[in-house]
Amino acid sequence: MSNQIIGGPGLFSRRDDSVAKGEPLLTVENVSLRFGGVRAISDVSFDIRKGEVRAIIGPNGAGKTSMLNVINGFYHPQEGRISFRGQTRRRMRPSHAAAQGISRTFQNVALFKGMSTLDNIMAGRTLHMKRGFFWQLWRHGPALDEEIRHRRVVEEIIDFLEIEAVRKTPVGKLPYGLQKRVELGRALAMEPDLLLLDEPMAGMNLEEKEDMCRFILDVNNAFGVTIALIEHDMGVVMDLSDRVVVLEYGRKIADGAPDEVKASQAVIDAYLGVAH
Amino acid sequence: MSAAIPEAENFTQGAVQAPAPAAAASGETFARLLDLHAADRGARPAWRHKDRGVWQTWTWAETRRETRAMASGLAALGVKRGDSISIIGFNRPRLYWAVMAAHALGATPAPVYADAVADELAFVCAHAGARFAVVQDQEQVDKLLAVADQLPELRGIIYDEPRGLRDYDHGQLHDLDQVMARGRERLAAQGVGGEAWLDAEIAAGRGADLSVILYTSGTTGRSKGVMISHERAVAAARSTCQFDRLDEREEVLAYLPLAWVGDHYLTFAQAMVAGFCVCCPESADTVTEDLREIGPTYYFAPPRVLESLLTRITIRMQDAGRFKQWLYRRCIAVARRHGEAILEGRPTPVAGRLAYALGEALIYGPLKNTLGFSKIRVAYTAGEAIGPELFSWYRSLGINLKQLYGQTEAFLFVTAQPDGRARPDTVGPPAPGVDLRIADDGEVQFRSPGMFTGYFREDDKTREAMTPDGWVKTGDAGFFTSDGDLKIIDRAKDVGRLAGGALFAPKYIENRLKFYPNIKEVVAFGDGRADVACFVNIDLTAVAAWAERNNVVYASYQELAAHPLVAELLRQDIVAANAALAQEEAMAPSQVRRFIILHKELDPDDGELTRTQKVRRGFIAERYAPLVRALYDGSAEADITTEVTFEDGRKGQLSARLRVHELDGGQHQARADQVRANGGRP
Repeated sequence: MSNQIIGGPGLFSRRDDSVAKGEPLLTVENVSLRFGGVRAISDVSFDIRKGEVRAIIGPNGAGKTSMLNVINGFYHPQEGRISFRGQTRRRMRPSHAAAQGISRTFQNVALFKGMSTLDNIMAGRTLHMKRGFFWQLWRHGPALDEEIRHRRVVEEIIDFLEIEAVRKTPVGKLPYGLQKRVELGRALAMEPDLLLLDEPMAGMNLEEKEDMCRFILDVNNAFGVTIALIEHDMGVVMDLSDRVVVLEYGRKIADGAPDEVKASQAVIDAYLGVAH
Repeated sequence: MSAAIPEAENFTQGAVQAPAPAAAASGETFARLLDLHAADRGARPAWRHKDRGVWQTWTWAETRRETRAMASGLAALGVKRGDSISIIGFNRPRLYWAVMAAHALGATPAPVYADAVADELAFVCAHAGARFAVVQDQEQVDKLLAVADQLPELRGIIYDEPRGLRDYDHGQLHDLDQVMARGRERLAAQGVGGEAWLDAEIAAGRGADLSVILYTSGTTGRSKGVMISHERAVAAARSTCQFDRLDEREEVLAYLPLAWVGDHYLTFAQAMVAGFCVCCPESADTVTEDLREIGPTYYFAPPRVLESLLTRITIRMQDAGRFKQWLYRRCIAVARRHGEAILEGRPTPVAGRLAYALGEALIYGPLKNTLGFSKIRVAYTAGEAIGPELFSWYRSLGINLKQLYGQTEAFLFVTAQPDGRARPDTVGPPAPGVDLRIADDGEVQFRSPGMFTGYFREDDKTREAMTPDGWVKTGDAGFFTSDGDLKIIDRAKDVGRLAGGALFAPKYIENRLKFYPNIKEVVAFGDGRADVACFVNIDLTAVAAWAERNNVVYASYQELAAHPLVAELLRQDIVAANAALAQEEAMAPSQVRRFIILHKELDPDDGELTRTQKVRRGFIAERYAPLVRALYDGSAEADITTEVTFEDGRKGQLSARLRVHELDGGQHQARADQVRANGGRP
């Protein structure tokens, strides 16, 4: 549609193209994570290429969410290195990860329940807001201009995710599937280069899953966002992802295209169990 | 404007011979009307669309510019005079502009229902011989591509919203933005596709050219393409605009299916004639909110929409505090007593006027504001019979709600109620310029200014639909009341007889029952049988709210519908409806004796309803044959397995064991007596 009233740059209009499509955007090398004596992740290496949909799968307790938390900077691995856009880091806080262009959604929806859909997604723009507390208080001039600019981007996300009808509804009142969608919206509002989705389809019915799949593919396709996702629904994983990494008890047991992974004996054993 | 509109009194009499459609000679086309509006009221708003949370407005001058760009761009793709163009999607300005762009080029738009499944879509597009399709989004593109092999004539698909379409093969697929950009370039240049060329194309359009092919909803079998010419469409729209004094200051909300004659007439044809502003909602889910923001002055809603609004209000009032409930009841009672008299300017006692004014300040005003009805000057309802209570309820709030009776073949208006003469049970006198007569078998027949020129590519069906002397058969049975208003009873072919010889008008019975908020849909049986029995669909909104208040737990629609307490709830409604039927001599034998609550909602995707949500009786009787049998062979239960179609087109099986509910004669006789004692009120 035309944008005759609201001008300014749109969503994902200023992309960072320092990494070419198909090149590794994030590499995980020999990462190990321990909680006391428990080894959550042992010596795992893989990479996420720019522009792909990368799935991380595995049985319960395999260390998938821990892996996301490591990428996200929430956990700090005892061993190994992580490079994002070619820069290697050892310790990083989640806010740094966010500032660098990594955003995520959570396994159990983590939204501000009492706030509207609009405000929740607006919260995702915080990192992009430049004006400080006192400007915001004044509420005129630069701070207002800035808010209008951000609101425009947020409206694009609302349009994209087709949640116009619940724009002003407190998210606590929304059905679960819609809440998941709002959470995706908030993650998108950061205009990330890498989007981490922790079980985006958990607890959804078939129709909601199909919608969510479409949105994930559209995010990847229309905005070129690289996506790493954890998901239990194998049908979804195999359809959506370009490459799959399989973890079991904190180790990597397979890595490759969905078809290769499906055929791998180690994966079949991990999921179905083997007689010893 | 050449047709002088007779004064209201002149056409209140039934079959008055009105002057022949007078605008027929003027050769007006919609494309020339657009040029006129751009010149006369170029700076006035013509279209609005809520996009990115903001209402965006295009003036008539801008609309003309955009439309011309689209026309030239479409011409570059190969659209030429005489082509059919399918238009598929939700109400969006650019889809309406596609209609106008087609008009500029002398092509014929053939809108298709956006929720049509791929098969229906294929049928309509193929039948219309569409060479191009202008569609809203990926969903429609996918459907068209899925049936591409059935559409050999289709040369190109143009889409409005590019989301998800980036990686599609763009051989035959075009982004509307790019088409319009190309059009702008061509317009700026000389020669073919330039401004002068397009002006010549518009000038070459004749009034007798087809302005649109509207596909009927297909209540009875495959839909037919109704051809409407420019001059007749303009003449019809012009006479009704005068009838309701519509002018450029009106604002309307375009929310009904774009392919339906009502939307094409009320938001396109009338807007193009009167020059008013049409607003397109943000999405189908936000219509209620957008309605409130726009506050239309001219509004159309099928009875179904009005009914669901009232249901919602009733439910919300039940959750309100005791004082508010009391106030609401008191004010509504005042409105019921005096509202319609005040609206129609009849004498009203001063005390009544004062009480009504207070009610307006406390309840009616805020209520109308919440609904977005504050500014309504004229509102119409049509499509099916409206419950008298429902009709009066809206009118008593001061909303000038009227009924019209229309047909696609008439380009909508056949009869319309003038201001101050609205009745719930009749559809009013013939609309301006319309001749109306009742055939010997009771069928209503008409001739009208907007009368269709025939069914597209189906001359035999056209002949079937017309009488030898040039009148159109409506297929509806009706009669004129003593004051010249038309009253429709039912579809002429649906009216039957009970075994005892009494009249059986299924729709009449169904409408009686549907007026109760808990009942969403009814299918009545009885033709050639001893008595009347019916299928009932619960209204999920109302029954779910009732279940919540009464601690009835359920997991699915099917479970709620099968709940014994729900059956009891509906039984009470049906007993009340029977009591009302018993009051009417002709209908007394048609009281419902047995009913089954269906386990699934009747759905157009399963072919049980038409796209305009009308019951397809014959089809349902066939599909649910075991249940119909059970209604009449004395069984207490029946098993049924039906096929359901999911929204993505896949099919599944749904089976259930349903109870047959008997209404015992004694209970119902007692109730009828009680009603009689109450002076006829149920």
